[in-house]
Amino acid sequence: MTTAAATSRDAQADPSAGAPGAPATAGRRITGVLLHDRAAVLSAGFIALMVLMALCAPLISALTGHGPTAFDTSAINVDNGGLPKGSLGGISAEHLLGVEPLNGRDLLARVAYGARVSFLIAAAATVLTTLLGVVFGMLAGFYGGWVDQIVSRVMDFLMAFPALIFMIAILSSLPAGNRSLLLVVVISGFGWPYLARVVRGQTLTLVNRDFVEAARASGASTRALVFKEILPNLRSSLIVMTTLAVPGYIGTEAGLSFLGVGVSPPTPSWGQMISSSVSWYAVDPMYFAVPGVLLFLTVLSLTVLGDRVRAATDAGEAA
Amino acid sequence: MARYISGRIAGLVLILFMVCLFTYLIFFELSPDPALMICGKTCTPDRVDQIRSSLGLDKPFLVQFWDFISGLFVGRDYGSGANLVHCGAPCLGYSFQTSQPVWQMVTERLPVTATVAVGAAVLWLLLGIAAGLISAVKEGSWWDRTMMGLALGGASIPNYVLALALQYILVVKLQILPFPSAVSFFDDPVMWFESYLMPWIVLATGYACLYARLTRANVIDTLAENFMRTARSKGLPPALTMRRHALRPALTPVTTIFGMDFAALLGGALITETVFGLNGVGKMAADSIAKNDQPVIMAVTLLAAFFVVVGNLVVDLVYTWLDPRVRIR
Repeated sequence: MTTAAATSRDAQADPSAGAPGAPATAGRRITGVLLHDRAAVLSAGFIALMVLMALCAPLISALTGHGPTAFDTSAINVDNGGLPKGSLGGISAEHLLGVEPLNGRDLLARVAYGARVSFLIAAAATVLTTLLGVVFGMLAGFYGGWVDQIVSRVMDFLMAFPALIFMIAILSSLPAGNRSLLLVVVISGFGWPYLARVVRGQTLTLVNRDFVEAARASGASTRALVFKEILPNLRSSLIVMTTLAVPGYIGTEAGLSFLGVGVSPPTPSWGQMISSSVSWYAVDPMYFAVPGVLLFLTVLSLTVLGDRVRAATDAGEAA
Repeated sequence: MARYISGRIAGLVLILFMVCLFTYLIFFELSPDPALMICGKTCTPDRVDQIRSSLGLDKPFLVQFWDFISGLFVGRDYGSGANLVHCGAPCLGYSFQTSQPVWQMVTERLPVTATVAVGAAVLWLLLGIAAGLISAVKEGSWWDRTMMGLALGGASIPNYVLALALQYILVVKLQILPFPSAVSFFDDPVMWFESYLMPWIVLATGYACLYARLTRANVIDTLAENFMRTARSKGLPPALTMRRHALRPALTPVTTIFGMDFAALLGGALITETVFGLNGVGKMAADSIAKNDQPVIMAVTLLAAFFVVVGNLVVDLVYTWLDPRVRIR
């Protein structure tokens, strides 16, 4: 999501990106390559559509006249165990993606509001994980010695944890407060070592490179060394790792909500919708298919985009 | 080498101890009082105190923790006088829900989890490595692009979505497979295979896709190495260069990752077992968490962490044996 936004901003700022003769900075060159890649454009388009749907969720509700938690008993067949009226899970002009069985809540409204929850959590988790990963990874790599020892041992410890079991356990034992915030903290808390490990390794090699030595010798402060010399060189691998991590966080959030420890009802999230569709999948497959397919396509688009960004970045480094 | 191994084992024990402490702290200190839950609605304060003392919950935290750790190695006693119950080593306590010894619960369910994990591992190794190898040899071809597209798609399906979709298509619509259940191999091998087939596929899909991509990337890198060029220019047939020279360096990283992935699975294929209702360690973990059954949560977390750290150690040792460049003297 972050990258999609960054990409479009770059494209607006410089429509001639990738044009021959233009001074190609890394960012512009990658954008140029991606714009000529059909899979990347399609994925970015789908993600943009989903983000737009999430942003416009209240608008969608207002237009169709169905809120995400509003019951509509006229759309379900009470005599038939509460199944939606009509074929394909009750798809009609009134309910564009059908309704939930039993209470007739509008699936389009729920999917749109669910996207807000899922994306917000994934985006926040990405930001927090990246922040933690960069700070601790650079601390360990830059200072070495006992700082490195401590950070590395903490990372070993966190990575030895059965993360999924522990996330579920922590989430279920903590009091039900702000679930979304808790999810972000728990996902990032177990996620940052994987990023920090890479950042640490790269910082270790960067610290001994000549240009850093030169800056140090010419009296640059530690702050200048970190922010002017080392961090810019980590940028490309950070972009790649973050883009590839976002689909993972969307999947984790959905998985935790699916297992019943994520966002608590009636607030919808995709995983939670899939979870509640489990008991209906045999008689009303559309109830399961709508959030399931959207989740799959979103994760797929993000993965494809991340993969293409990596390919473009790698090609740039090789050149 | 002996020094290296003993150092690693010391680190392993330390990490397991930390995991224990952390888990214990969270579940016995932060979560609701189990004595109240066991006691139920018609409960007197005396009865709560009695349950607390019989479970050892009235002692200070560090004493409780010490009792737990020593129980693992030498066993421990619960209650006093006529109600004394001895729990032999390795003692993980008794489930708050079923009053069964936790050790027995774990050992009863481990075979189901092992069946799911081993079957899935065989499936994903065969499919993933084969697809990756062929893709690498035919790099850029129609097959390569299709396979890698499929691999990206397969890696993007959340496994519970795949599980429900498969169950709908294969069980409800086409009716070619039964609902999964933990059938014993010795009772009915055919039924056993049919029951476990869907869990295997669901668990294997994501890994097979990752391994296909990983294998392809590694083989392509290896094929570009100088020693491969030498082998080819000596006039060795392509199949022989592939088998003798390329496979070992290309597949060594796959071994590493496989060890860690497989070890993580033994701690319970939580989602797969829960979705299919297979009574393995993963489902036990989910159930115990839902019911706040602390001794069982402790046991599952410890077991999973144990497999992960031991898996890492084994992987590193196998790695030094497979790849002479990192061999330790």
